[in-house]
Amino acid sequence: MTIRPPSTALALIGLLALTACSAGSLGSSDSGGDGKVSISYLIGNQDQDVKTAEQLVKDFSAKNPDITIKTETRPAGTEGDNIVKTRLSTGDMPDVFNYNTGSLFQAIAPQKNLVPLSDQGYIGDLDENFKKTVTADGQVYGVPVGGFMGGAVLYNIPIYTRLGLKPPATWAEFMANSAKIKAAGIPPVIQTYGETWTSQLFVLGDFHNVAAVEPDFADKYTKNQAKYATSPAALKGFEHTEAVHDAGYENKDFASAKLPDGLRMLAQGKGAQYPILSGVVANMVATYPDAAKNVGLFALPGDDASKNGLTVWTPGANYIPKTTTGAKLDAAKKFLAFIASPDGCKSQTAAGAPTGPYAVKGCDLPADVPQAIKDMQPYLDKQGASSLALEFVSPVKGPSLEQITVEVGSGIRKAKDGAARYDEDVKKQAQQLGLAGW
Amino acid sequence: MTLTSIRTRAETPAATRASAAKVYTPYSGWFYLPSAIIYGVLFIVPTFASLYFSLTRWSLFESKFIGLENFKLFFSEPQLVKGFTNTLIFAVVTSGSKVVLGLLLAVLLTSQIVARGYLRSVVFFPVLVSTIGVGITFTVLMNPDHGLINGGLSALGIDGPGWLTDPKYALLSVAAVDIWKGVGLATLIYIAGIVSIPREYLEAARVDGASSWETFRRIVLPLSRPATVTVIILSLIGGLRSFELIWAMTRGGPGFTSDVIASVIYKQYQAGFYGLSTAGNVVLFIAVTAIVLPLSYFLNRKEVDL
Repeated sequence: MTIRPPSTALALIGLLALTACSAGSLGSSDSGGDGKVSISYLIGNQDQDVKTAEQLVKDFSAKNPDITIKTETRPAGTEGDNIVKTRLSTGDMPDVFNYNTGSLFQAIAPQKNLVPLSDQGYIGDLDENFKKTVTADGQVYGVPVGGFMGGAVLYNIPIYTRLGLKPPATWAEFMANSAKIKAAGIPPVIQTYGETWTSQLFVLGDFHNVAAVEPDFADKYTKNQAKYATSPAALKGFEHTEAVHDAGYENKDFASAKLPDGLRMLAQGKGAQYPILSGVVANMVATYPDAAKNVGLFALPGDDASKNGLTVWTPGANYIPKTTTGAKLDAAKKFLAFIASPDGCKSQTAAGAPTGPYAVKGCDLPADVPQAIKDMQPYLDKQGASSLALEFVSPVKGPSLEQITVEVGSGIRKAKDGAARYDEDVKKQAQQLGLAGW
Repeated sequence: MTLTSIRTRAETPAATRASAAKVYTPYSGWFYLPSAIIYGVLFIVPTFASLYFSLTRWSLFESKFIGLENFKLFFSEPQLVKGFTNTLIFAVVTSGSKVVLGLLLAVLLTSQIVARGYLRSVVFFPVLVSTIGVGITFTVLMNPDHGLINGGLSALGIDGPGWLTDPKYALLSVAAVDIWKGVGLATLIYIAGIVSIPREYLEAARVDGASSWETFRRIVLPLSRPATVTVIILSLIGGLRSFELIWAMTRGGPGFTSDVIASVIYKQYQAGFYGLSTAGNVVLFIAVTAIVLPLSYFLNRKEVDL
């Protein structure tokens, strides 16, 4: 009688402990002594991510027959962020995982959770800009997968040629072009608020123009000394979002259309200009092969043509969590070294059209890249004609920007009000990160 | 052992009464233990843990105690005020409509009509379908340009609005779908309430020459009050904490126009503000209790016995 209750409790606790353990020990049984190692690799579930990862694994395994890599997928976006954080905090992370760089990278507590890679031979080959976005406390933690992306305007070249237009360098030219396109009966600016993240480009892609006018904006912004609502240069992004709506330049179904609708309109000439990340080009070309030569790219125009330039997103990166040890750690490091080599870039190019230049020295783009990607090159080649997006130079990025830009771009909220709202929104993120001055 | 216990029992009358209940329990007290552990581990511990974490800034990797800051932030959030009013609108609209429609349908479905059983199952069917499935289906149907609803309206010469994309209609469109989905349950409860009204009352009314409106007004309506109370309370709680349908259909959009408390909380969680979203959950818990408890007390006080 006296023994039973504890034993029940013990049995239950044992059961709980068992179930808690089993998930963590999955896949750890096969690092046997015969030199064969198997590691797991977590990636996002977007088509292009999966294709790239599979190609990398295939080419790597061909050279390293002793190492097998199993891929696992996770959802993209904020749901994926939470999965990554949860798995890191419970020690359940696969041996290698792919995740964002910049402000989201800082939020996964790299010093605490990741294996530093600064001692690896290939670190010198990584692009300086990229390196900054995966560095915490002087240690580099990730290697790039994929190319740089431009936050820019993709445009339909045949429409531009037919109407005798040229890519604009100032906002006034952009609006003048749009007026002509509208007069020709084509929606000038494609917006797809059915997928809210696509609404942010006028603000986020405008950052080069902001930095050109206020070079210390990012720094002050991190220290809570500069605000979107009170900085005239930064406010422009919100004002442009509003102006395009007020002028009636958006496609009729902007409120419900999604990214694939936007890409279709652009590729088929049912819409002329689409402010978006160049990362979508690979998908568009895969669906509409003609878009490779029919769609071009220009940076978001600002006030001053001489200062106009491209806002650039750095690629995502692969990281190794601290929970990876022993033979698995060696295998994981070999895998990362492969990715950070010209062979790794070749493998990625084989998996799909590049989104922009690679962040590894010695990796060249093939000659047949889509026109939109080619159009990025002049900006990157010219000194001072490109800047990293704000989220890579400041850890502060509010989570609600996409909803706010949807409101501003739908005429629900005024630009100034939206900017002020966003300033409120970033406060939480800054406090969460424990930044000084908030 | 048994002898001593009998003696102790005899000594104090209070103890006798207390342990008298035990004597008739066929199971030993230890049988409660497994469920107590499960309840403790899965309910009590998380509840108190969430009360604690609502007072911290929590990144999943570490938590820092910050007192009531989260609550202050939550209440200064413009989104929350909007979410709060939207929640109230949503809850009142859906539960009010479910009461009215449920009662009307129940009266219809308890009267002598053709295919009664079939119609009952038709009304109840949406309750069985997954909420997310319903949400996605209606998102497609309500698409302003390619949706079936506006397609049908345009065939009649009406230019339908953007049900889910126009800030004026988004919340009410979701509420309408929620009513469509939930009215079957309200009807079911009402049918049960109406058939439990003794037939003698209705027969007596008919003998006295009451019209069917008078019978409904003076007999069916007051005597189905317990059903009304149940429907109001259930659908109000459901409405206050509604989330899945709104998330599946609009994600609180366009912008923040159809955000409710639950979706605001979820967005904080998504953004990685775990302490803040936990604080939001505590607020939601308190709000639901503060609205439903007094209401339930007030409604039940006036209940009449059959």
